[in-house]
Amino acid sequence: MDAKKTLVMGVIGADVHAVGNQILNYAFREAGFNVINLGVMVSQEEYIEAAIESAADAILVSSLYGHGELDCQGFRDKCDEAGLKGILLYVGGNIVVGKQPFEEVEKRFKAMGFDRVFGPGTTPEEGIAALKKDLYGA
Amino acid sequence: MQPVLLIDFGSTYTKLTAVDTQARSILGTAQAFTTAASDISIGLEQAMQRLTEKTGPLEFSARLACSSAAGGLRMVACGLVPALTAKAARFAAFGAGAKVIQTYSYELTEQDAAEIARINPDILLLVGGIDGGNSDVVKANARVIAGIEGTFPVVFAGNRAALADCRDTLAASTHPVYTASNVMPTLGKLDAAPVQQVIREIFLQRIIQFKGLSQFSDILDGILMPTPAAVLAALTLLSRGTSRRTGIGDLVAVDLGGATTDVYSIASGDPINPSTYLHGLREPYVKRTVEGDIGMRYSAHGVVEAAGMEELLHVSGLTEEQAAQGLAAIDRDPSVLPQTEQDQQLDFALAVLAIRLGLIRHAGTLEEIYTPSGPMFRQTGKDLTQVGRMLLTGGALIHAEDADGIAQQAVRTVDPHALVPRHFDTVRDKRYILSAMGLLAGHDEDAALEILLQHFGKEETHAAAK
Repeated sequence: MDAKKTLVMGVIGADVHAVGNQILNYAFREAGFNVINLGVMVSQEEYIEAAIESAADAILVSSLYGHGELDCQGFRDKCDEAGLKGILLYVGGNIVVGKQPFEEVEKRFKAMGFDRVFGPGTTPEEGIAALKKDLYGA
Repeated sequence: MQPVLLIDFGSTYTKLTAVDTQARSILGTAQAFTTAASDISIGLEQAMQRLTEKTGPLEFSARLACSSAAGGLRMVACGLVPALTAKAARFAAFGAGAKVIQTYSYELTEQDAAEIARINPDILLLVGGIDGGNSDVVKANARVIAGIEGTFPVVFAGNRAALADCRDTLAASTHPVYTASNVMPTLGKLDAAPVQQVIREIFLQRIIQFKGLSQFSDILDGILMPTPAAVLAALTLLSRGTSRRTGIGDLVAVDLGGATTDVYSIASGDPINPSTYLHGLREPYVKRTVEGDIGMRYSAHGVVEAAGMEELLHVSGLTEEQAAQGLAAIDRDPSVLPQTEQDQQLDFALAVLAIRLGLIRHAGTLEEIYTPSGPMFRQTGKDLTQVGRMLLTGGALIHAEDADGIAQQAVRTVDPHALVPRHFDTVRDKRYILSAMGLLAGHDEDAALEILLQHFGKEETHAAAK
């Protein structure tokens, strides 16, 4: 593998679910990534600013409280505006209100500009495998 | 007796403090106008004469000086993201005792370069990118700065991966280049001490030569630091104490001047409530901010602009016409002292509003967020609401009739989301010894702390403020 890739991660919006955030932080570090974890209640601007200073390779957005769809509106546009053109953007968790078919949810978030969308119950290993594929082509 | 002479070359006054480090007491203080325009030694000699009249002839074992004359230490800061490395650069420069004339973010433009050339700072601080992070922008900025005319020194304290490149670019220019470790090595973590050390070395070597202060090198043991850095050293010692003696703990200080208002806090400022999350850059434990648009005289209009005329009238009890008259009188002669009751009311209001604005800008803010799991609070910056001690210095407060009343009035109506001190005792720097004790701290820490405790210790609080 190339030099360590840098990930910026956190829980978006007014969401305070910290446990999953800590688990992912640990899992990604163990998998050999350079992780910048912004914790909970992170705004779009904070992800973007952190990604600029750290020259991040990917931004990973978590959401558990159901308001993720609102919180993520316009995220890709802001990345483009801030000069982070083409940065890898993932979103995962319980990202919509109620129980909705995942295919539809995935479609909507991909239309918003997210490269990958992960539903409830995704293991850290699945996320790590996707990152390795997208960042190292492995 | 072991007398030490402490000198503060201020922009207006040259202030002397003679201390006996053996008895740990002040022998005397004296001041005279700073004569920076002609020969700065004239003012120093006048002040010396006045001091000798009070103390009798003294054999000083050391003479230490700080200076804010000739504009102080003027700096420009260039970072990457405004809320991250650019902010870190500002904190570092303020903590080194500088005035930050301008701060730039992202790539410097042609217009920025022209502006920097006009400012011609004493030092330019170039940062950007955490270690291992973005290095393109800081490298590009080094190339722009290398092309700016002038010989001001540049300190690089950005992404270490860009250090060699930036150093080489700047070494080939007219600007002397210095380097320090990254001011923000990992995201959100400020590491200001290394770059502040470099700034201080440059101040010692270069700045004082340009400002006609070096002629004292034979009679002085050095102009060691900018005056605000000395004040910061004194406040830190008073707050934290030494390994042998404890200090008084968390404190806030306000230096209210004619042109600027400096605010200092020595406190962690961490959230005090478990439902509060700290966001953004963790600010320095020892923090200084400078409000260049807020002051009692040269910046009186800045106070009115920031607080609003209505608020000035409300606090002063003057009519709009009376206030306008008073402000016009200040414009005509910034050295004017209040004569009438109206003047006093105006000065009271200017002081209250200057302190209020300075504290609000210095302290953090709290934002309430309604989440599905109940209301939560997001804190940005330092929470100073629990700090119980405020030091007041600067001519307007030292000589005010009721400095305590001014400070208490300043926070009375502040919005609860501003995390300024709320319930505090005040103590006045009535003999103007803070900068002197900061200088002495580097020479005899125990004596400096003892004298500081004599003046600002707990038992001094009420008597000194009234």
